[in-house]
Amino acid sequence: MLFFVVHCKQAAPIPGTACFIRRRMSDNILVLGVGNVLLADEGAGVRAVEQLQHRYAFPRQVELIDGGTMGLDLLGYLDGKTHLFIVDAICSTQPPGSVVIEKLLDPPAYFRQKISPHQIGLSELLAVAAMQDCLPPSITLFGIVPRDLSTGIEMSPEVNVAVGQVVLAVVKELGLMGVEVGAASR
Amino acid sequence: MAKRIVVDPITRIEGHLRIDCEIDNGRVTKAWSSGQMWRGIELILQGRDPRDAWVFTQRICGVCTTVHAVASVRAVENALNLEVPLNAQYIRNMIISAHGIFDHIVHFYHLSALDWVDIVSALKGSPKGASALGQQLSPWPRNGEQEIKAVQEKLKGFVGSGQLGVFAGGYWGHPAMKLSPEVNLLAATHYFQALEYQRQINKVVAILGSKTPHIQNLAVGGVANPINPDSQSTLTIERLYHIKTLIDEIGDFIRNVYMVDVAAIGAFYSDWTQYGAGVTNYLSVPDLPLDTKGTAFALPGGYIGDGNVGSFKAITSFNDEGFKQGVKEGVKHSWYKGDWDRHPWEEETVPQHTEFQDNGKYSWVKSPTFNGKPAQVGPLANVLCMYAAGHGPTKLYTDGLLQKVSALAKTKVGISALHSTIGRHAARAVRCAVLHDSLLGQWQALMDNIGKGDYATFNQPVFPKGEQRGVGFHEAPRGVLSHWVVIQDGKIKNYQCVVPSTWNAGPRNSKDTPGPYEASLVGNPVADPEKPLEVLRTVHSFDPCLACAIHLLDPKSREIVTVRTTV
Repeated sequence: MLFFVVHCKQAAPIPGTACFIRRRMSDNILVLGVGNVLLADEGAGVRAVEQLQHRYAFPRQVELIDGGTMGLDLLGYLDGKTHLFIVDAICSTQPPGSVVIEKLLDPPAYFRQKISPHQIGLSELLAVAAMQDCLPPSITLFGIVPRDLSTGIEMSPEVNVAVGQVVLAVVKELGLMGVEVGAASR
Repeated sequence: MAKRIVVDPITRIEGHLRIDCEIDNGRVTKAWSSGQMWRGIELILQGRDPRDAWVFTQRICGVCTTVHAVASVRAVENALNLEVPLNAQYIRNMIISAHGIFDHIVHFYHLSALDWVDIVSALKGSPKGASALGQQLSPWPRNGEQEIKAVQEKLKGFVGSGQLGVFAGGYWGHPAMKLSPEVNLLAATHYFQALEYQRQINKVVAILGSKTPHIQNLAVGGVANPINPDSQSTLTIERLYHIKTLIDEIGDFIRNVYMVDVAAIGAFYSDWTQYGAGVTNYLSVPDLPLDTKGTAFALPGGYIGDGNVGSFKAITSFNDEGFKQGVKEGVKHSWYKGDWDRHPWEEETVPQHTEFQDNGKYSWVKSPTFNGKPAQVGPLANVLCMYAAGHGPTKLYTDGLLQKVSALAKTKVGISALHSTIGRHAARAVRCAVLHDSLLGQWQALMDNIGKGDYATFNQPVFPKGEQRGVGFHEAPRGVLSHWVVIQDGKIKNYQCVVPSTWNAGPRNSKDTPGPYEASLVGNPVADPEKPLEVLRTVHSFDPCLACAIHLLDPKSREIVTVRTTV
């Protein structure tokens, strides 16, 4: 199992904007899981968010969203956030089940894809947020390399394990930021 | 010499659509539309509880989650002959209307306007000139020079830093881009404003549906929104008035910005009323039911053959036999086993993939027909049918828009101009305004019904032994959506979704007649095969979306257009 962390310096926010001033007050974190749960490992990000919601209790400053496969619909959730955690399946040369945790710098490589002109996905959502001065100043990608993208609601065993690792990694990262995460009350 | 171009993908998150065109002397002579990904999602549903189907179906598509939830509960209710309480109909109708408004605004401004509006040219426009033009076109208060200048500065910042963001990959400076820098700048300003208003209207969906992007309030038999005017935890009068405020705020944007921009772009690109008609059989279903049985609707629907509005035949209820019997899907040119045309209740889904065969099988999308013929679906089909049915608001907004275009183009533009690429945009704007009126109407109907003391929102479904068959249809933002369910002893035996983009993006049918995308591309001009902007214009005008969203982040760049010379 490959697990590596790329440490980079935090992307600088745009000074002088209203968003910037508001954000310095306290940390507000959005954990955004994206993917299609009907395509096996493609839904890993959503499954990770489901597990986080099920197993832990978060303070008000942390919002968890199952973003499905949506784009612009999610713009409103970025408002006033200082940190964005994106949990998603990623294309990578790493073997299936690998976890890739990466701070995305500005402008992230993910913005520069040459795709069909003006269709809206996650990278476009972030680019639109940047134009609106509402891009969270810190963005961390929790990526999971999929094995099986066929139709079905069960994930492959290695991606199941990886989802568990990502859940722990998100909780650990929040802990390092001083955010108290408790166990879910049953 | 003829060239063949392949555009793949035309869309991204919505699934993989590939368009092949043969081009000769600057015109498209032949086109193929191919779905590049197998769905087969219906198979997941077999053996499941019909009450859960909507939770799965709303994950089919990356863009239109709500619509699959609505069609699914309607299909099961139809199979059980289950009536839906009035409040539940009104709440669903409000979600449907608000979602449609959101979708149409995003489609025009954020998914297709940049086929017509040159962002890089907007940098050269004079904010003063753009503001003067805006004020001449409409009473919208946010066409001021200062706001336009701020947008231009923001754009300059992006372009100057080499970071085009969402605007990367556009065909800027293309010879088919015809708007003046000032018009481009005004449209770019509205692009940014539209980002704000789409969020406003999406809040209505979020409040009523408990959550977006996946609503949680539906149930077979009604909705899960308890109504109690006195309780804080339910749908209160206070919340309903908050929704009313959100609805009111977006009305001016639709009428004074969206409708006006579409009219202006239609007038400046009036040559595009001659391209892109394609299949002119139009299918649309009635929606926004006003009774518990689904026999009276706020918005009419039906069928128009061969572009003849006078031939309109209405579809009148959720049990309409003409609709139930008329829909078939064929697989002669699709990657499924066999060569058949079958009713959705009788279909099987057995994949058989081959290479791309120009005259054989070449798409994962099946080929739907209505009474044996391909049909175009979507806002244009819907607006033409509502117009033919004499629907007041539709006539008002359509005639108003055509008058505005005529005045700007200084020539009489009639309803026949709507059978075109640009006409699909015009119809979508009309439908957006109609939906806004409907949303207000449904809000009032809900308030009035609660005022009468009716708080019911749910009827319990009962599943008898044996087999039941149902269809649930819905006029979704992209057109007719139908879910077909066969239930056996309380479990799903068969389930098929015939989605709008299947109607429009379908391959040639069993009689080798091209589907709507394919037919609409023939005759399109293409100035530069390496940059097939005109092909994108026509395909994007349908609001393409193949219901098979995949959402992998891919850090690597890749080319989307390949061109080769055919022998």
